[in-house]
Amino acid sequence: MGTQSYSIFKASLLVCSLALFAACSSTNSVEDDEQISGGESDTGSTAQPSGVEQTPALTAEEIAAQEALRTTIFYFDFDVAEFKADDRDTLSYHARNLAANPDRRIRLEGHADERGTREYNLALGERRANGILNYLIVNGASRAQVEVVSYGEERPAESGQSEQAYSMNRRVEIVGR
Amino acid sequence: MKPYRLLLAITLLAANAPARAELSIQITQGVDNPIPIAIVPFQSSGFGLGAEDVARIVADDLEQVGEFRALARENLLSMPGEQSEVFFRDWQILAQDYLLVGKVTGTPGSQLVQVQYEFFDVNRELLLAGEVLTGSVSQLRDIGHEISNIVYEQVTGIRGAFTTQILYVAAEQTPGGGANFRLEKADYDGRRPQVLLRSQEPIMSPNWSPDGQNVAYVSFETDLPRIYTQNIATGQRRQITNYSGINSSPVYSPDGGMLAMVLSKDGSPDIYVQDLRSNELIRVTDHPAIDTEPSWTPDGRSIVFMSDRTGQPQIYKIELGASSFDIERLTYDCFQCAKARFLPDGNNLVHVRRETRQSPTYQIAIINIETLRVITLTDTSLDESPSLAPNGSMIMYATKFQGKGVLDAVSIDGLVKFRLPSAQGDVREPAWSPFLN
Repeated sequence: MGTQSYSIFKASLLVCSLALFAACSSTNSVEDDEQISGGESDTGSTAQPSGVEQTPALTAEEIAAQEALRTTIFYFDFDVAEFKADDRDTLSYHARNLAANPDRRIRLEGHADERGTREYNLALGERRANGILNYLIVNGASRAQVEVVSYGEERPAESGQSEQAYSMNRRVEIVGR
Repeated sequence: MKPYRLLLAITLLAANAPARAELSIQITQGVDNPIPIAIVPFQSSGFGLGAEDVARIVADDLEQVGEFRALARENLLSMPGEQSEVFFRDWQILAQDYLLVGKVTGTPGSQLVQVQYEFFDVNRELLLAGEVLTGSVSQLRDIGHEISNIVYEQVTGIRGAFTTQILYVAAEQTPGGGANFRLEKADYDGRRPQVLLRSQEPIMSPNWSPDGQNVAYVSFETDLPRIYTQNIATGQRRQITNYSGINSSPVYSPDGGMLAMVLSKDGSPDIYVQDLRSNELIRVTDHPAIDTEPSWTPDGRSIVFMSDRTGQPQIYKIELGASSFDIERLTYDCFQCAKARFLPDGNNLVHVRRETRQSPTYQIAIINIETLRVITLTDTSLDESPSLAPNGSMIMYATKFQGKGVLDAVSIDGLVKFRLPSAQGDVREPAWSPFLN
């Protein structure tokens, strides 16, 4: 599926870029929200395969923003609809990015693991996605920029009855439109 | 009368594309003292090889529901085809309570066959039922199921459900992370599956109209969950809803005129009813928690649903037209109770039950809402989507076996179980048809 392979692609980019940035950490802490741009569009320039030193054009804040925007899958605890506190900063970057790019549209896709009834899981997936939707709006995104859809347990990221598979399936994915 | 009915059924079935693989049945648990019945292979003449073994179809039907045990063919002492060839003493020696014999006669140069059967009480040496059924060779399976219905009703007094069908959803993972979803219809035993709808997006919640002619379901084919109805014979579809948010759980009212459903257009999932003639939409519940899984009470006046308004799923009931505050809670003694539906008696509620917070296992159970007595029917851990046979004798449900979605059936006393393993992919969400004839 288009949406799924897109997310996987993004996840692997995140891993690559984390490795790069770990090698050249900066202490610059200038905050400049205006310069945060649509993260996905310029990932190609940052994920350089060569070992050449990065041009020091990006501030630490910009780097943090780009990293945050590459995180597009948010995982949930069993039977819990609230996103994890650790994800708050990442989601704030997504919200500011939407605020700075009013033409940008995203889709929040909510999912559940297979335990519990299907209809309830469909509702639970929506509740999870709505939690993130509300947070994005409070932090500057416009309602019109975000579409919410729940797939319940119908589109697991991982099959099987293990805790590992279940934890990968309880998620909300941010998908560009 | 009967032959015309059968001919009609087959003509309509042929309009649908056949599914690739068939389900086949497996009895996993039976009663201790099944009724012994001798089913003699039907004598056949006048048509070619490859036709259905009618006696085998009847024997499989009766053994599946657990109350009968068919005498093994190698133990038959004689092979009568009609009453004049029956010597009751033979069958009394073999300790058989009942005897079924028959003949299948073809018409040269034609697809028509005549099936004559006779059903006897061995101890009373009495003919209980017998007739001649006519149909085409391809209808021999239907005729076999029809004979099973008659035998079952003669012995138990309960109408047989062997000519009923099931709907279910099959899903297959495809290379590259996608999936294929199919809405299928099959005989009650999983044989002769037909694909009603294929999609690369999820299909959910199939539900029969009470006349057995239409199915309502949820399809994500537009990337969003929307409710559709489809005429089974013609394939003609109608999109019923296009509201923002969740559109799910369509369930026909007992008179077929209305569709209960779940919509989250006003913020959180609530129960609604849509009149299928006027398209008027009536809101039934109004609560910020999740309300879902509606089902109708047998009298069609109230709706049973699941809500997590107290924190965890429990089952509630509301009368149509009542204030959304006038809600009766039906379950208290489970950590989660969900997907409830009344048996025809209006007192016993089939549901999916998770007993405790500590143990996330989900089983099919029945609770009597007067006495609060609970019978747990299954002992696997991911059981869901219970659907009742129209004669109230068995419940089909979805569970997992060796990591795969399968359909199981259990008698409402929990004693008998059988399984319909799927050849391909996961099968889930069975919906047992009403009586179709």
